[in-house]
Amino acid sequence: MAEIVGQDLDVIDKELEGNIVFTTLDKAVNWARLSAIWPMTFGLACCAIEMMATGASRYDLDRLGVMFRPSPRQSDLMIVAGTVTIKMASRVKRLYDQMPDPKWVISMGSCATSGGPYWQYGYHVLKGVDRVIPVDVYVPGCPPRPEALIEGILTLQRKIRTQRKTLRIFHLFDRDQ
Amino acid sequence: MDASAIYDTLKARFGDDILGFNGEGIDPSITVAPAALDRVASFLSDEPAFAFDALMCLSGVDHGSGKDLGVVYHLHSMTHRHTITLKVDVPRDAPHVPTVEHVWKTADWHEREAYDMVGIIFDGHSDLRRILCPDDWEGHPLRKDYHTQEYYTIGGKPVRVPV
Repeated sequence: MAEIVGQDLDVIDKELEGNIVFTTLDKAVNWARLSAIWPMTFGLACCAIEMMATGASRYDLDRLGVMFRPSPRQSDLMIVAGTVTIKMASRVKRLYDQMPDPKWVISMGSCATSGGPYWQYGYHVLKGVDRVIPVDVYVPGCPPRPEALIEGILTLQRKIRTQRKTLRIFHLFDRDQ
Repeated sequence: MDASAIYDTLKARFGDDILGFNGEGIDPSITVAPAALDRVASFLSDEPAFAFDALMCLSGVDHGSGKDLGVVYHLHSMTHRHTITLKVDVPRDAPHVPTVEHVWKTADWHEREAYDMVGIIFDGHSDLRRILCPDDWEGHPLRKDYHTQEYYTIGGKPVRVPV
């Protein structure tokens, strides 16, 4: 058994010989992060139906490395899909706080972005989820079509590509002092 | 049994506690004095000739600023397939109505909603607390004279509610 594994590794070594990629740590880390954005399975209203459609076979978010996770502990992305009521806002904030860093937020649709149709007379609606948690990408629409949500995710990927998070890793010690 | 016959029977039994009858419109309605409501409801439910076994809907109503609040009960009998509407009007400063939770279990959450949205107090209810708004909400949002809260505390921080 061990011999077979050893033979396989030899083959891999030969195949990879001479194929070396030079890059910066930032680019490598960002590439890894943007290639597997795992959003939380979390919907609040009708936008969630479009989000489910985006994740299902027709629009197939899996091809972007986007796979819905059942727990905030395993998630990188929160898609706020729907109306955030004031009663729900504290729960949204708690779920966001439970996600490990690095984490991003997409505000999907008019309601999550600004209160939408409840902007003026919705006594129970938070006028934009950015009053509670920081938002990276706003996707307009009521509700946005799956293409629009995919555009939002691609925009988020462009944003992650330009981030220089690793600098902060090395500055951690300075920050603690 | 049609609505006017139901009204006549109730009038004969409860007398002055039955305040009025409106046979016009889609839903004929009987107005009942608040103090007698639970007795009328029990009678309509238990009497075999009526057998109103379903409370289809219970709504809190605000008739406008300075006017009374009200509760509307839509009753239906699966046995006899007849329908009647009961109405109760209560003063704005003391909106007390006896609960019908023990007559129709459906009334439990409906009464909590009417309490939450319009502020009707159902005397004798087993668990009268808000059902839709957060527990620390101020006021009753579907009242005509309701004013939206300026700030609301979310996660320990004040967040501005209106635009």
